[in-house]
Amino acid sequence: MKNIKAKRKAQKSVSYGKYGYLFIAPFFIIYFIFDLWPLFTTFYYSFFEYYIRNLTESMNFCGFDNYRNVLGITAGEKAYFLKYLKNTVILWLGNFIPQILLSLLLAVWLTDNRCRLKGIGLTKVMIYLPNMITAASISVLFGVMFSQYGPVTAFLRDVCKVTIPYGDFLKDIGSTRFLISFVLFWMWFGSTTILLISGMLGINPNLYEAADIDGAGGWKKFTKITVPLLKPILLYTLITSAIGGLQMYDIPALFNTDAAAMIGLPDDTTTTVTMYIMRLYKADVGKASAISVLLFLITLAISVVLFCIMGDHEKGGK
Amino acid sequence: MLRNNYTLKIKCVRFLRTSVCILLCLMCLIPFWMMFVNATRTTHDIRSSITLIPGTNLLKNIASLQDTFKNMDINVFRSMWNSLVIAAPSTLLAVYVSSLTAYGIFVYDFKLRKAAWNFIMFVMLVPGSVAAIGFYRCMLQMKLIDSYLPLILPAAASPSVVFFMHQYMKSALSTEMIEAARIDGAGEIRIFHTIITPLMKPAMATQAIFLFVISWNNLFIPSMILTTDSKKTLPMFVQILQSYAFKTDYGAVYVGLSVTVLPLFLIYFLLSRYIVAGVALGGVKE
Repeated sequence: MKNIKAKRKAQKSVSYGKYGYLFIAPFFIIYFIFDLWPLFTTFYYSFFEYYIRNLTESMNFCGFDNYRNVLGITAGEKAYFLKYLKNTVILWLGNFIPQILLSLLLAVWLTDNRCRLKGIGLTKVMIYLPNMITAASISVLFGVMFSQYGPVTAFLRDVCKVTIPYGDFLKDIGSTRFLISFVLFWMWFGSTTILLISGMLGINPNLYEAADIDGAGGWKKFTKITVPLLKPILLYTLITSAIGGLQMYDIPALFNTDAAAMIGLPDDTTTTVTMYIMRLYKADVGKASAISVLLFLITLAISVVLFCIMGDHEKGGK
Repeated sequence: MLRNNYTLKIKCVRFLRTSVCILLCLMCLIPFWMMFVNATRTTHDIRSSITLIPGTNLLKNIASLQDTFKNMDINVFRSMWNSLVIAAPSTLLAVYVSSLTAYGIFVYDFKLRKAAWNFIMFVMLVPGSVAAIGFYRCMLQMKLIDSYLPLILPAAASPSVVFFMHQYMKSALSTEMIEAARIDGAGEIRIFHTIITPLMKPAMATQAIFLFVISWNNLFIPSMILTTDSKKTLPMFVQILQSYAFKTDYGAVYVGLSVTVLPLFLIYFLLSRYIVAGVALGGVKE
């Protein structure tokens, strides 16, 4: 068998190898022009003081000055990058922690054979719905519903007698952050649940039967069988969510903002890193590039961790 | 007795879990339902009360929305058309080029095969927005600002789609099949187009749905590239709507939002079965 395979491989490489390059060429040409080259120039620009004002460009090499400025190391400069990174991480954690907990619970419930629920298919369809709809529309929708004169605000104030800070959720830092995190959670928990369900269905049911015979309870089965075997998928979810979360733009940029200045209200506390890039991309290319590079390095670090862990897992599995 | 106790317990648990699931489904639906309902009510009613029963002011709200954008080069239908003009070709291009790439790596043995595959796996997790500044400057130099090309062409290089197609090929294609076609005298490019493409249809369709929706919903890059009002896409229209939201009447805002959401609602409820199955396969996070 091995021999035949090797022979076939040899035959292929002799006569057809060049077609491989032909088939993959379009992808790589496009990738180099539209992704790799821009990434390279972003690195390059980040070392220049590169302003565009009144249609004139000025570009002077400045070493690591842009990085020093956005990180607040230079005297007199505020560490905006760190501030917005902190905003982004708070908004992301506020959505991810409840999201993963609820998704795990739901996935366990929807895959439980001893207590089969009806309408599982319909539930999956419903909870995934928000993920498909334009994030911009969702953001504005929640914005108008929870605004000072919004129907939900009025309902909570008049019927539920909730005390609203400053009489307006969108003037309160905690409320605005909570709402943005909630919208993100609302958009993503369905997707995560479905992913976890498909992972759980891959677990050998005999393991659970054996645990039943040994008298293990639901919690024990969950912590000793489900979670360890689900680890790769949980990791994948964590990493993709973290990378996506760092790029978070649509929801915070449209929810409660001064759109022209790209400031996340109230008081610049819901501005994310990508909103900062959007604020600077036309005028201060050098600084915007430095922010992008920092964001890239963080993303890269996260991806590398995933790559190693997933790679290990694949080797171990086979 | 014990048996009865057990069934009772299961029944209680089932009741509890079903209730929670129903509540979650409602949580996902009610905001949209409220949006559609508010689109049919007067601004005064929207501000004063909350309800799930439609009103009678829909036509007036539509007229008011049209009136708001009367003097601008953009309105909701125009922006929808623009989004379609971008999303449709970029989806086709992405599906086609990704299949091509995955097939090249799957079938042929060449020196850089392993390197190419590792490269694709590696860049899969690098999001496009980190290179946005370089991309914007590059498009500026190529005089492609305010054109749709920078929003369509880059879709051809979608690493996660290549990965998905490759996974599918592993289960759906066999080298014997391709060798049989070769013996029959078919050329390599013809084999791909007449034998492989039909076999890949289910995978292509799944990926096409997600690619279309991702392109349709994209806001970040189009906001950098498109400057003329008349060329703006649907999410950019929503952004304009947001800046009007607190000045004009709410009824019009809700109508506008409803119109932007309706096409995706239709697509979703027609194709939900395939979409949910596609999500379960993973790799659609963008």
